[in-house]
Amino acid sequence: MKLSYALPLAGMIAFSSIAADAETITVATVNNNDMVIMQRLSDAFEKSHPDINLQWVVLEENVLRQRLTTDIATQGGQFDVMTIGTYEAPIWAERGWLTPLDNLPADYQQGDLLKPVIDGLSYKGKPYALPFYAESSMMYYRKDLFKKAGIKMTRQPTWNEVRDWASKINDPENKVAGICLRGKPGWGENMAFASTLVNTYGGRWFNMDWKPEIDSKAWHDAITFYVNLLNDYGPKGASSNGFNENLALFSRGNCGMWVDATSAAGKLYNPDESEVADKLGFAPAPVAVTPKGSHWLWSWALAIPASSKSKDAAKEFITWATSRQYITLVGEKEGWTSVPPGTRESTYTNQKYQQAAPFADFVLNAIRNADPTDSTLKPSPYTGVQFAGIPEFQSIGTQVGQMIAAALTGEMSVDQALSNAQRATERTMERAGYYK
Amino acid sequence: MNNSMFKRFCIGLLAWVIAFVIFFPIFWMVLTGFKTETAAIADPSLIFSPTLDSYIEVQQRADYFKFAWNSVVISFGSTILALLIAIPAAYSMAFLPTRRTKGTLLWMLSTKMLPPVGVLVPIYLLFRDTGLLDTKLGLVIVYTLMNLPIVVWMLYTFFKDLPRDILEAGRMDGASTLQEVVYLLLPLTLPGIASTGLLSVILSWNEAFWSLNLTSSQAAPLTAYIASFSSPEGLFWAKLSAASTMAIAPILVFGWLTQKQMVRGLTFGAVK
Repeated sequence: MKLSYALPLAGMIAFSSIAADAETITVATVNNNDMVIMQRLSDAFEKSHPDINLQWVVLEENVLRQRLTTDIATQGGQFDVMTIGTYEAPIWAERGWLTPLDNLPADYQQGDLLKPVIDGLSYKGKPYALPFYAESSMMYYRKDLFKKAGIKMTRQPTWNEVRDWASKINDPENKVAGICLRGKPGWGENMAFASTLVNTYGGRWFNMDWKPEIDSKAWHDAITFYVNLLNDYGPKGASSNGFNENLALFSRGNCGMWVDATSAAGKLYNPDESEVADKLGFAPAPVAVTPKGSHWLWSWALAIPASSKSKDAAKEFITWATSRQYITLVGEKEGWTSVPPGTRESTYTNQKYQQAAPFADFVLNAIRNADPTDSTLKPSPYTGVQFAGIPEFQSIGTQVGQMIAAALTGEMSVDQALSNAQRATERTMERAGYYK
Repeated sequence: MNNSMFKRFCIGLLAWVIAFVIFFPIFWMVLTGFKTETAAIADPSLIFSPTLDSYIEVQQRADYFKFAWNSVVISFGSTILALLIAIPAAYSMAFLPTRRTKGTLLWMLSTKMLPPVGVLVPIYLLFRDTGLLDTKLGLVIVYTLMNLPIVVWMLYTFFKDLPRDILEAGRMDGASTLQEVVYLLLPLTLPGIASTGLLSVILSWNEAFWSLNLTSSQAAPLTAYIASFSSPEGLFWAKLSAASTMAIAPILVFGWLTQKQMVRGLTFGAVK
């Protein structure tokens, strides 16, 4: 064979073998806006890593959680990258279901990650997932309504102040509720909020012997306050409102105040999505007896299941998607308000982000001050601010959430709801072997 | 207006009201797909400026045709397989019953009463070990097994309506069992078989539990496609409505084209 034929042929063979060798990794993620942007921008990763192909499975949060749990518990090996939360990371790591991520490349700048966020994704000091975005909770309020009612927002509002303010700005005739809060039952819905309220009232889910304390005075005070506040100054049908419903209500001007995830700030501040963008005020989440645990900490993170057959390629991808460079890429392509928040110090020192997102410092402070390892006034045996980091919590939280929603609608009294919740939780903990 | 005309008018009116109530959610879904996200959550209104934004975004985020093709292969594949198994089974139960036939039929139906989540882990493990996870073949097998009780029951009812004399006459003329089935039973009960098949296709098309749990990226049908558009964080109703409209469109058109056969098969029996 002549060399002039042989060379291109060899080149073609070499090229086809590279293409054939390209490793395909399957990425399972939730369909929140930040992840949709990640999927859209992933072309940049494939261009810089021609030997890795990405396949996407994008599902709604609850569907994804069930799907991933089935796969990882049976070592199904269907996914190479999983999107999990602060709740799952340490529990799955303890069971050996996740790959430890301790040898990260130097240019990843691990020290730049916000400490409470990466700590929440670690088990025994080793990270098992890398944070994609993180959130805490804070208070949103309508500056125009506050001004009209002659109210001045304080540096650290208390829940009693919030009740007084709600009574002043509540205006049902003009379809403005004094305050909007989550009421829809679920461990990640009303109980995420209710847990922070109980924390700041000095309560906790379990004592150091894992006995539930749902019928304690702190729980009683907190839930009575919550039920009265929403019934007196909340919107109609508050028991069916979750994050989305309240976001819609607030952005249409139907709420005077709202305490919820910091991730709502970008949406409320965007005039295309919100009618109150120019009247929006921010404040830290209100406190009662103690500031401990008054605002939550949650992050969505990318992890590699132990059952993955393409761990190196998966690690390449997750270090790219959670890197400083990725955040800059989003800022440049999608606008700085769209960058995934709450993960890196450098995001908050970036002038462009500071200018585009005036709420940035509130979010940073809220995340820095949230401590999942010390979120209750009295010591507790679990980690997590708005949840207790044990496998049984999903079912406990949802069950208790249903009872609190029933108290909110008046189906049962607060006393009845809390004593039922206490009994149900005791049964679950006993069956799970925490005590006899 | 005499009494019988008034009665007919009332029945007609009632039918229209029921049809409207059943159709309204679909109508509203189609309408919402043409709204913007903010218009979709605003106070309900029939007057708005329609936009194709949601359809464009939905198509940009996921390849509709890949999911739709998977749905077609899985639902028609499982229906054909179910009919191939169920026709001989229903034939033997209808024309050659034993004292256990009734019990077997009831037992088959009772398998439908088990909540699917109860067998999710064993089936997932079986699929993992046999390499059937995220394959169309895997879902064809599951859907066949899932629909088999209903298909056998329906065919059994249709076959039982067929006068045995016709089959006996065929046998007198020297037809074998296979010829009896192919030349007599199948042509005579075709409307029944068609409506059974159509029902099986619709049930498979709409099934969401197994399709979400046993597939990831390769074999995911339209039910998985829809599940990627609702979200607990952010506005999604317009996109979800657009995705749902696209997901039900093929089966809606298919049902519309075949509704005559379907109604005939379901209401008049096989041979009447």
